Amino acid sequence: MEKLKTESGNGETEIQNNISENGQKEKYKLMEKELMLYNEKQKIETEKRQMEKYRLMEEELLHPIQKIGLAGKVWIGFLVVICLAGLYAYYIQETKSKYETISLRDYTMWGVYISTFVFYVALSLIGALMSATLKLIKFEWYRPLSRIAEIIAVASIMLAGVCIVAAMGRPERLYYLFIYGRIQSPIVWDVIVILTYITASFLLLFIPLLPGIAICRDRLTNKPAWQKLMYRKLSFGWKGSPEQWKIVKKSLKILAILVIPLGVSIHTVTAWLFASTLRPEWDSTNFGPYFVSGAFSLGAAAMIVAVYVLRKAYKLEKYLTDKHFDFLGKMLVFLSLCYLYFNINEYLVPSYKMSTMHANHLLDLFSGETAPTYWLVILFGIAIPAVLPMLPVMRTPLPLTIIAGFAVIAAWFKRYLIVIPGLSHPFLPIQDVPQSWMHYSPSIVEMTIVVATFAALLLIITVFSRLFPIISIWEVAEGDGFNILKINKPVKKEQV
Amino acid sequence: MKTENENNENSMNEKADSRRGFLKLGLLTGGVALAGTGITQLLGETSENSGEKVKALTADGKLIEVDSSHIKKTSGNHSPENNIREGVPGKKFVMVIDLARCANKRACVEGCQEMHNVLPPIEYIKVKKMQDVELATPYWFPTLCYQCDNPPCTKVCPVDATFKRSDGIVAIDNERCIGCKFCMAACPYSARTFNFGRPKQVEYSKEHGDEKNICHTGDSSAVGTVSKCDFCPGEGAKGKLPACVKKCPNGVIFYGDENEDTVTNGEEIFQLSTLLTERAAYRQFDILGTKPRVYYLPPDKRGFPFEEAKEKINTEE
Repeated sequence: MEKLKTESGNGETEIQNNISENGQKEKYKLMEKELMLYNEKQKIETEKRQMEKYRLMEEELLHPIQKIGLAGKVWIGFLVVICLAGLYAYYIQETKSKYETISLRDYTMWGVYISTFVFYVALSLIGALMSATLKLIKFEWYRPLSRIAEIIAVASIMLAGVCIVAAMGRPERLYYLFIYGRIQSPIVWDVIVILTYITASFLLLFIPLLPGIAICRDRLTNKPAWQKLMYRKLSFGWKGSPEQWKIVKKSLKILAILVIPLGVSIHTVTAWLFASTLRPEWDSTNFGPYFVSGAFSLGAAAMIVAVYVLRKAYKLEKYLTDKHFDFLGKMLVFLSLCYLYFNINEYLVPSYKMSTMHANHLLDLFSGETAPTYWLVILFGIAIPAVLPMLPVMRTPLPLTIIAGFAVIAAWFKRYLIVIPGLSHPFLPIQDVPQSWMHYSPSIVEMTIVVATFAALLLIITVFSRLFPIISIWEVAEGDGFNILKINKPVKKEQV
Repeated sequence: MKTENENNENSMNEKADSRRGFLKLGLLTGGVALAGTGITQLLGETSENSGEKVKALTADGKLIEVDSSHIKKTSGNHSPENNIREGVPGKKFVMVIDLARCANKRACVEGCQEMHNVLPPIEYIKVKKMQDVELATPYWFPTLCYQCDNPPCTKVCPVDATFKRSDGIVAIDNERCIGCKFCMAACPYSARTFNFGRPKQVEYSKEHGDEKNICHTGDSSAVGTVSKCDFCPGEGAKGKLPACVKKCPNGVIFYGDENEDTVTNGEEIFQLSTLLTERAAYRQFDILGTKPRVYYLPPDKRGFPFEEAKEKINTEE
């Protein structure tokens, strides 16, 4: 504009100049006004378009809560039935003789309950890995994954507790841990860190959920009264004011930092439950990092499976993209390689020496009775996930999910192999005992309870995703460049 | 090598003791300086000699005369049934097993089961066939809870349900045990057994109650809790012998008090320290640092050949 003005002033008379200057000025003012108007319009337009885009996103992400189809209902019913079967099995276990209902004996006194407990503790590290670590190192693709990871973490750590109660000889004395607890015992350490981790994980799930519950409260007006009441109560008067956002952001940062050492310590302490004994199979300084690295590779694998299933079931392809599979696949390779490294330390170093103390156990794993399980676990749990996803084609959703699915199953068997064969080779030989004392294989009651805890895990995730947005709307919106201060304001009735 | 280690350990213990003594002294003088006359009066009272001399036997077998005020008084009529957490006063139970004499007669196992109201296949004392080197003859190896002085089992118990008593015994409070079985995982000798509520056993326990279980170191009939050999301190307190010692036809197992430095199998009496030195005693897996209270005498110069067990035992589920 400025330039035009000076150019036009060149080589013309003064009067003409005066007249034209006046004209120009007016014209200029008009133009300015028009431009401002246009800008404003444009701004409103973009804002409107942004808002529309956001509303669409909101709608898509609220969709799983809006309507539960027949398949969804059947799925929930199926899981409830398995959970009830588990409860019934537990009732049988506690009311009848445990000598008959479960296969545990004096030598293998810890069985599938304890190995499943270790599996769940490992799985719960997914929260520390997926939501906290990625958030802190500013990997932007964490945004749609964090809530999925947190609900898995909270559910699995709770089920770890269920497994412990199932394993106890006197579950009604559980509260003794609190009134007679002794700090010398690794079990008490585990109770302390697990309770802290549950609290931190729950807060890490709940605090970023607050704006989400508020959205549910404002948008889902067609829901039954109890659900509306729940949203109203649980949103704790969320208004989306700058102060509230400040608190949320700050507490999330603190929690994300806090949950990483906590996650590492819960699994390290769980490893110490074994490593603090004198049994040669567990007597390893490598056990803590070995467990933690295993938990992280399990976390990556479980995340891939969860993302695939949720994206298929709730049609979230727009948010859980192929790019996520690519990243998660690379992550799985890296974490499996770490796990491989710790496995080499754990198994190859003692087997190089092959001391008599270790030989029984190691030879049993390498070439004995448990060898098929051992090598299948190495293959599907470590080798394949460490190598195959290096190929880009294997990082596409379906192949990667198949690889990850096998890795998750192998991870459960891995814990089985750590706990049970570790107990079957005590220092003094096992002699003069009935057959069932020598070989442990879980009973129907034990397996029903274990399967029921898996069903409970899936049920918790399913029900959660049917009540609350499974993908954090504001976190994704923020990642897409929306101003969360503007968009997350509660909407008045007429606007809806 | 071993003696050197032991010497080192001893000197270290002495050092620790003297350090502790120094600390105590420091605390005492500090306390005196602060509290003034009140405490000096108290100290004066305790250090007063009664003038009355008493004869006492030291741990290394010497008879000495000490002032009666130096003898620590303990409650005379100790009843273990009152408090299972308290040891029998003045006792330090110990066991010696002479492997050269064991012929796998299993009388100890049966005697123990009768004493503690347990049915096979639960065995608090087991007899295992062991062979340390290929060329040597195998030998029979009675194994039970070693009542370790550095017990890995009590360390891991989350609720203090298993503990070390002053008489050296590692006991179990079955009223406290939550059944986590961590102690069983921690015991390198597989000495502990869990009451899974085997129907036959439950019925048997109900019928026989606690009548024969005179040891009062716990209630082995409590379903869902851990139990094990308890060294029969109830018998020991009365100067009697545990069932396994009494029943053994070959006098394999010796039982006694480390403070008195004597062990007996009911027929012979030995001075513990001499027996251990002369027969080159060892403790099972001493390398683990558990410090067992059960000593083994090596199976050398056996008076009879090794015989394989004639039948399979505990085959019934």
